Amino acid sequence: MMIDNESAPVRVVLYEGDGADPLDATDRAGVLRSLLDRGYMVSDARGGTGGALAASAGERCFIVIGQFGGGVAPRLEDGAGGAQIATCDISGLSPDAVLSAVENARDGQPMNQPGAWKPWFPVIDYDRCTNCMQCLSFCLFDVYGVDGDNQIQVQNNDNCKTNCPACSRVCPEVAIMFPKYAAGPINGEPVSDEDLSREKMKVDISSLLGGDIYSRLRDRSEAAKSRFSKERDSDKALGERKRCLTKLAAQGEIPEEVLASLPSPEEIARKAEEAKEKANAALAANRSSD
Amino acid sequence: MSERPPILYCRCAYAQVVPDAVKDGVLDGLCASGGGFDSVADLCEMSARKDPRLAAVAEGGPVRIAACHPRAVRWLFHAAGTPLGEDAEIVNMREGDADDALGELLGGEAKC
Repeated sequence: MMIDNESAPVRVVLYEGDGADPLDATDRAGVLRSLLDRGYMVSDARGGTGGALAASAGERCFIVIGQFGGGVAPRLEDGAGGAQIATCDISGLSPDAVLSAVENARDGQPMNQPGAWKPWFPVIDYDRCTNCMQCLSFCLFDVYGVDGDNQIQVQNNDNCKTNCPACSRVCPEVAIMFPKYAAGPINGEPVSDEDLSREKMKVDISSLLGGDIYSRLRDRSEAAKSRFSKERDSDKALGERKRCLTKLAAQGEIPEEVLASLPSPEEIARKAEEAKEKANAALAANRSSD
Repeated sequence: MSERPPILYCRCAYAQVVPDAVKDGVLDGLCASGGGFDSVADLCEMSARKDPRLAAVAEGGPVRIAACHPRAVRWLFHAAGTPLGEDAEIVNMREGDADDALGELLGGEAKC
């Protein structure tokens, strides 16, 4: 599932200044936990020492909560008229009840929420990246591209297949991270010399096993097509493809769902050729500018 | 009021790769401390959306960020088009325990 890139999270401001009673630490933590786990951004404004996240120009929706005197939330307005500010009195409410009050105050304002989507996309460490374009050549889902200076970049992170770290496996410099991955160095842990040699070894093993995997798929595809033409046995051709992909999954930790969503072998061949041309063009441009 | 830099806490709510005991312990400690702080559900989700509020963090001067591996956090900001400044300190809640992380956030030097 893709995220909604247009909607920004609503910001909740927990106010405990003049005109409001402070929460005790346990209640404060309970309220924050409840709101954060639902996807809200929360500013705890005690003592004026928040402020890492200053309000940005595009921010439009604020919900100010607090234990207000007399149990009545004040009315607040943005003097410039650009932002919508709702207020909620949370006196005596449990964290779950505070969450319900905030959800009501949000009044349908769109925002992404945990559970519907996992932020899974490659993050490039440009201190390590050598712009070799192997990731661009490898990815079949058009996640990578080059910028105006022919520098590799992640252009379509919504296209990335959840839980598939395969491109990071082909990167010879271990420059591609997936922060939500379980293990290092793909998750962003520092890269050790041992990691580097291990990752390079994986690429070498892949070569020994038959060059780049798309060439291998193409070969298999041709073989399957040849058999198909002789035997007219579509089940056998499909079986061949499945065996090939299953082997790739075992080698590259590619999730089965990703394999299931791969295009046909012909489409793979076409896309791989396109990606290779794009990568070669960028590399040639970089060479000529050196 | 303390002189420490502003703190940004990431809940890692979208995938939960930060251990619960650490992120809950850090949140409890921040809530029991004398100062306020900002908190977000998930920096990865914000980076994916290129949330303009990341620019407010990156351009706002010194900041301490409680999240995960510093290399990942730095390049997540870069991926959003808002590179973090050299004065940003990142506290790794994926390693160590909550007391260590709180010590770095509220007092001592954080790892960059």
